[in-house]
Amino acid sequence: MIPSGLTSSVIGRTSLGDGYVRVRDRELVAAVAEFLYDEAALLDEWRLDEWLALFHPEAAKYQIPSPEDLSDDPSTTLHLVNDSITTLAGRIDRLKSKHAHAESPRSRTRRQITNVRVWQGPDDLLSRSVFDVIRVRAGVVDRYVGVYEHQLLPGGNDHTPWLIGRRRVLIEHSVESAGGQVSILL
Amino acid sequence: MTVMHRVKPVTANPTSWVVEDIPAGTFRINRAALIDEAVFHDEMRSIFDRCWLYVGHESEIPKPGDFGARDVGNRPLVFWHGHDGVKRVFYNSCRHRGALVCRVPEGNAQSMSCFYHAWTYRSTGALNGVPGEDGYGPTFDRACMGLLSPAKIDSYRGFVFVCFDPGAIDLRSYLAGAADYLDLVADQAEAMEITPGAHEYSADANWKLFVENSLDGYHVLPVHITYFEYLEKVAGSRPSPSSLDEAIDLGNGHAAIKARLPWARPVARWTPALGEQHHEGVEAAYAELVRRYGPERADLIGRVDRIVMIFPNLVVLDLMGVVIRKITPTSAGHTRITQWSLATAGEDADLRARRLENLVTFQGPGGFATPDDLEALEACQTGLRTGAGVPWSDISRGMHREHSGQSCRSTDELQLRTFWRRWQTLMRADGLDLRREVFPWTPSTS
Repeated sequence: MIPSGLTSSVIGRTSLGDGYVRVRDRELVAAVAEFLYDEAALLDEWRLDEWLALFHPEAAKYQIPSPEDLSDDPSTTLHLVNDSITTLAGRIDRLKSKHAHAESPRSRTRRQITNVRVWQGPDDLLSRSVFDVIRVRAGVVDRYVGVYEHQLLPGGNDHTPWLIGRRRVLIEHSVESAGGQVSILL
Repeated sequence: MTVMHRVKPVTANPTSWVVEDIPAGTFRINRAALIDEAVFHDEMRSIFDRCWLYVGHESEIPKPGDFGARDVGNRPLVFWHGHDGVKRVFYNSCRHRGALVCRVPEGNAQSMSCFYHAWTYRSTGALNGVPGEDGYGPTFDRACMGLLSPAKIDSYRGFVFVCFDPGAIDLRSYLAGAADYLDLVADQAEAMEITPGAHEYSADANWKLFVENSLDGYHVLPVHITYFEYLEKVAGSRPSPSSLDEAIDLGNGHAAIKARLPWARPVARWTPALGEQHHEGVEAAYAELVRRYGPERADLIGRVDRIVMIFPNLVVLDLMGVVIRKITPTSAGHTRITQWSLATAGEDADLRARRLENLVTFQGPGGFATPDDLEALEACQTGLRTGAGVPWSDISRGMHREHSGQSCRSTDELQLRTFWRRWQTLMRADGLDLRREVFPWTPSTS
């Protein structure tokens, strides 16, 4: 077995930066939740270009820390994914190719998002939500469970009230227990 | 995974697992060696109980008390920096009734207490506390009941290995020609360090398929074409015929491949992916290597991409960053991988960030490449269930070069043959009696 437990970085991730105030306004929280559901649907429905368009063209980051060390700093700690907008666009190009063998034929996914909480920052909103992503491929069902952390920036349009800045995916379990790798977009 | 059939005669006749026919130009592997659980149990005894196995890098436990839990050869170990300054490796099992003593992945501790009956061990391994010690008679000797260590522990250039066989040759002799390749990594800077974090992933595939894949230059273009397309798009670089392209048998089953590839190497090969602001610094680092080692060796250290496999559980990928990969077989059909990034200690923070970014984009369970490798291995493992209908795999690429004294290429399969020849030698070797006395192992008869 691989011993597992809470490391200091895991415990530390519950602290927010200075200046973030919990949002209690139900309308705003509901709007953020709606945004997250719509975003999830784009991934589950394989509308990847529309999903990419939700990201801020400069500030976009898509990050998945190693589940064993949930650091929030990919510049010092080995992550599973640390994408800029360029890398993320490349990742999507790749996934759409038939040569992305681990996803060819591609997985089907269904993601559930609950426990949405929102904080107002100086120039952004921060949301944390609990996800349960079910991936089905070749008759095998894998589950990824954890916490999404979305930084939402102003600058959306009629269709999207916000653009995504940093989007972190914190997986609570070893990758081994979810099929051994993360070939899908989480 | 389920083994769908049974190949009866093969386990009883290990000489038929690997069959090399030089005149015919064939080198064949009997596929039972990759799917039969009885072979897996023999491997645990004949290979993982005899060979030196990689545990970790000294830089992971820099301070007294630092520890890391490690599965090595499918055995739970603890890698622990003692308060007396000695870095040790222990079996992670209480001397009393066997529970894991260390149940967290890493940390710092003066002592560890087994939660079952609260036996407590110091960082030197000594048994320090036994609740209700008066329940034992006068023959109970605490001094003899410390945590046990594997028969041999040694390190080379910061790489720490253990060996479960007290009769094994010393580590330096064992490493043979592979030691030079660890030197080429260790010499990249004054000091190298493992960066925090690890990639832990797995495949429903035999561990030997993973070793093959790690050393296989032939699969790179077909399997990883999407990564090269991405590199071309964002950095304008594309794979071109390399002026250097070689596969090498390093002795004792170790092998390496080397080539010049299109990506940046933060140690000394700048490309636009590293950012213009690092152009000068990376060139200066290269100049320093030239000053220290001369142009030929500086080129080898800084500008040649290479992968070295140290039989049986360590692969060092010195590509767009140095990746240390530990391979742990858990059954014939499942393998667990842990990999770390080894980097120049104290390097520029932004260069470190780019090193990790480039590495993570290609490698690891969320990278552009590794999931496709795992898919290939799992496709093999599933395909191998055809069993006796298709009994042999072929790894003969470059045999005509190898046996006419020419050098082999990274896209040949010399490096795979090197691994399999050693595997076969160990699997059919005599002299297992010593090990049986040390650790009686009953092979599964299933």
